[in-house]
Amino acid sequence: MDLIANHISHRFGDLAVLDDVSFAVSAGEVVAIVGPSGCGKSTLLSILGGLLQPTSGAPELRGAPPADSLNPLTFVFQDFALLPWATVEENVEFPLLHTQLSATQRRALVDDALRRTGLTDFRKTYPKQLSGGMRQRVGISRALAVKPAILLMDEPLSALDSQTRELLMEDFVRLLADGGMGAVYVTHNLEEAARLADRIVVLSRRPGRIREVVTVPMTRTERGEAAAREKLLALQNQIWSLIRNEAIDAEREVQHA
Amino acid sequence: MLDRAATEITSATRPVRFRGGGFVPASSRFGGWIALALVIAIWQAAGSTGLVNPLFLPAPFAIARAIYQLAISGALWQHLSASLLRIGVGWVLGTAAGVAVGFAIGLSRLARSVGITFISALFPIPKIALLPLLILWLGIGEEPKIATIALGVFFSTAISVYSGVDAVPRNLIRMAQSFNVPFATIVRKVVWPGALPAILAGFRITASVALLLVVSAEMIGAQYGIGAFVLQAGNLMQTDQLLAGVVILSVFGLVVGKVINLLETRLLHWR
Repeated sequence: MDLIANHISHRFGDLAVLDDVSFAVSAGEVVAIVGPSGCGKSTLLSILGGLLQPTSGAPELRGAPPADSLNPLTFVFQDFALLPWATVEENVEFPLLHTQLSATQRRALVDDALRRTGLTDFRKTYPKQLSGGMRQRVGISRALAVKPAILLMDEPLSALDSQTRELLMEDFVRLLADGGMGAVYVTHNLEEAARLADRIVVLSRRPGRIREVVTVPMTRTERGEAAAREKLLALQNQIWSLIRNEAIDAEREVQHA
Repeated sequence: MLDRAATEITSATRPVRFRGGGFVPASSRFGGWIALALVIAIWQAAGSTGLVNPLFLPAPFAIARAIYQLAISGALWQHLSASLLRIGVGWVLGTAAGVAVGFAIGLSRLARSVGITFISALFPIPKIALLPLLILWLGIGEEPKIATIALGVFFSTAISVYSGVDAVPRNLIRMAQSFNVPFATIVRKVVWPGALPAILAGFRITASVALLLVVSAEMIGAQYGIGAFVLQAGNLMQTDQLLAGVVILSVFGLVVGKVINLLETRLLHWR
């Protein structure tokens, strides 16, 4: 199943946020969206996931999702969006409650998702008892439980410290390794984008337009090797040179707002 | 090396003054009880030594004796049961309607437009002022007293419920929608538990409102009930009996507060 951004533009009142953004995410592909602050990255993701109606254009799907997918487009949120009154396993089971699955089937999916994210021993724990990194693991586990075709990740690591970010990035690389699941990964962190994405969509300052689409010329496995570091750094520098001046302008704009 | 050198140079040291004390919202476990016992002891001493005229302020032992006599005569249960029945029925009716209307306002744009206008207009009216009108409509039995309590409870409940619904983090609702969770499940599994802290805080207020209104209503038109009893005692200058009624009301308020504390501990353990 492919996800297509078809000439998407969006305004919040008088404020134009996105301007004619078009690109496609093929099945199993990871596309990162980067750009200066306020360029509409998260807005674009909300539109792609059907949580926000664009002013013009539309998000579209091409092809059928995998037969076992219970929620083809699934979000992983920046602030985790966990139910504080529910335990880890109840949070992971939450999106399955309204499906036709039996309790046993639900339990199997929850167990599998918890195992894949290393949360099996924390199933009875409440979110407030967990660290930020573990909470985001619960968010990822919940997303995995519904067997998504495409993960929509909105700066999933930005609320975490650098060590936790590194550990979760390794988890993302592992989860996306088999190519069965695609992702749209919104981030302001170019290192994360270069490490994870097959292609990087670079947006301009608000209203966000596509400035460039950069293809990362190596597999994710290769990127973990020492020899690839220089190439990845050069790629990050290339993208940074595209957005640096606009990022400075955007920062000043935010400070004066 | 650097640390050692620094120590050698400044051989005469002095501690950094601690400046971080206080401003911590904590209380000692028995402080409140000790203070209460102290006040009662002083009060009793003032009464026993004749410093205070018992007609105006009976001593605590006299009030305790009055409560005991009320209990053994059966009058306490007669008055208390009448009040509890009115409070219970009125509170349940008002709460049920308030929760339903509060959720409707919190979840529906149409209900919000209509509901908030009416609530804003009617909430400030002292509900006890409506008792004569309610007597005219419903007769002189229990109904107008119960209706007065229900009205008072309804408005406070509706306001606390829709405020609670409004305060449910939108990101949790969007999360649920992103998984295609149906509306009813979102209300049951996200909105209801999310609004529960505000709803229980509202219960605390409405319990006080119900107590206030039952006493007021019973003072206006009732033969039995704690309010009627307090009024009769006042008219007969039986201040020990009057204060016995006040103490019973205070104990009732404390018990309700404890019940709500228990509910909060049980239902909001995740906080």
